[in-house]
Amino acid sequence: MSDATLTRERPIAVAPARTATGWLRNPWRKPRFLQAITLGYLAWSILPVIIAIVFSFNNGRSRSTWQGFSLRWWYQDPFDSVWHDTALRTAMFQTLKLSTLTVLLAVPLGTAFAIGIDRWHGRPATTANFFMLFSFVMPEIILGVSLFLLFQNLFKDAIHLGTGAEFLGLVTFQMSYPVIIVRARLLSIGPEYEEAAMDLGAPPRQSLRRVLLPLLWPAILASAALVFADSVDDFVTVRYLSGPASSEPLSVKIYSAARASPTPAVNAAATIMLITTLTVIAIAWLVFKRITHNRGEGVSAAGLAEF
Amino acid sequence: MASNTEAVTGRRRRDRNTPKTRSEISYGRWYWPSFTFPGILWLAVLFILPFYVVLSVAFGAVDPLFRLPLPVYQPWWWSLDTFQTTFEKFTSGSRIYLDPLVRTLAYVAIASLICLVLGYAVAYYTARYAGRWRWLILVLLIAPFWISYLMRIYAWQSLLQPDGYVNDALGVFGVAPIIWIGRPITVVLGLVYGYIPFMILPLFGFLDRIDQHMLEAGRDLGASSYQTFRRVTLPLSKPGILAGLVIVSLPMFGDYFTNNLLGSTNTSMYGNLIDSAVGQAGQGPEAGSLVLILIVLVMIPMLYYLRSTRRQTEAA
Repeated sequence: MSDATLTRERPIAVAPARTATGWLRNPWRKPRFLQAITLGYLAWSILPVIIAIVFSFNNGRSRSTWQGFSLRWWYQDPFDSVWHDTALRTAMFQTLKLSTLTVLLAVPLGTAFAIGIDRWHGRPATTANFFMLFSFVMPEIILGVSLFLLFQNLFKDAIHLGTGAEFLGLVTFQMSYPVIIVRARLLSIGPEYEEAAMDLGAPPRQSLRRVLLPLLWPAILASAALVFADSVDDFVTVRYLSGPASSEPLSVKIYSAARASPTPAVNAAATIMLITTLTVIAIAWLVFKRITHNRGEGVSAAGLAEF
Repeated sequence: MASNTEAVTGRRRRDRNTPKTRSEISYGRWYWPSFTFPGILWLAVLFILPFYVVLSVAFGAVDPLFRLPLPVYQPWWWSLDTFQTTFEKFTSGSRIYLDPLVRTLAYVAIASLICLVLGYAVAYYTARYAGRWRWLILVLLIAPFWISYLMRIYAWQSLLQPDGYVNDALGVFGVAPIIWIGRPITVVLGLVYGYIPFMILPLFGFLDRIDQHMLEAGRDLGASSYQTFRRVTLPLSKPGILAGLVIVSLPMFGDYFTNNLLGSTNTSMYGNLIDSAVGQAGQGPEAGSLVLILIVLVMIPMLYYLRSTRRQTEAA
């Protein structure tokens, strides 16, 4: 923020030049070109999605030509609308179920891992951390296919493709988010608070529960929101690991439909997915603001970055 | 994102001789490590073991009757036959295999470059000139992370239809409707569209941290604005460029869905080879081999990235 104001408040020493080259040479000219690129980029990035949402209200089968407004694909059509399509409804519940379960397991696992790895030094810890980060940067198709082959061969009799396999795959893929976010937070907190608690006589478990965890809540919350949103959107891992059609979540259904012959009902389903994600993020954001409210931390930028 | 990753990769080395820290004395030796055990166990069973299965499948056999892969778990019985056959499909120039590989390398290179140039401009503007709109622009830059990749690409699929809005807009200038789906340029731009947010955020992080006074010092010492950019801003943002390039290009290597939604068989990429082999009967070992080759392909940028971020934190 300060950079920008600095630039803004600086008195313009040079008289505004009239010629083109003079304008070019003026070091404090407004960066019109960059501004145009940025605005163009933002429009390019957001507009298609808005148009896709609008087309879920199209009164016709096309998703590219506007034929008037209707709620046909949301509610009115007795078979193909999102509301009446039982397969889509099953998929929606499957999405919610999978994402909730994933958050419930991946976030505690990742948080504990982050806390442990922050205090445990040595070669095994380094190796474990390396593999955790490895799972973060690995292209998703590699993980999806390897897990598919694992469940199809070695664990053939133990885990069948379907909800269980999808859940295990999602947790594996999402665990690194809380690790990275919580670890970054731990590094910025430093050991002083805990040491103070111990100096005041708190036993280890108590200093963890009453000092460290409250300090970590914002990071845990941010990673929970991120994991949930990302699980809702994920379809690469889940697609390989889903079994019968009833175990396919919304994202997989949308992917299949988009490849076949999509109707605006797909737009409506995708919109629902988007609303779900945004609602979770918004709730987390509100709670986040409440938690960090009185601490005078750089909430806006830092918090936003964590999301 | 980059700052987080980089912070995490930083290792603190300690000699055996250094005195134990206070936390080690009061918590007991296995107290903190025990926190990581569930996560480590999880990774061992569901991240490392699967790779062993991939090896066993790739170097295994196929059931002659049901055409299902018959993995061989004993390394001493591994056969390199399928892997070799698959590998030779690339070296012998079989176009069905070689073309997707070459295409992938080309598409990823071009798309990453576009991501860098466009992303740098946007990040630079946001970090330095956005002023009071900065907050809104940041939210809009992060928004694609909250919108699923699927929906964003699907949105373009609709816009690029022969009767879509892109052709409508071009029609105003008298351009006849173009079939966009299935063209290389469409797939490359789709990749850019999909992954550029991952480029902008790390770049923004580094550009935002550059001290304004450094730039002023450069100008005061007589450098032109171009020189200040090249000699001050660019070197300082180099780690961001590196992080962005790797973060953007790694997932592109495994991408198959962008091509499935915006491309055709003429634009299929390496990910498509894997994706179509996975489901097919008798192709199990081949899918395993293809995954192995991809792992080797992305291993170098991955290790480079993990190492360089670690070095930075150690230097910091």
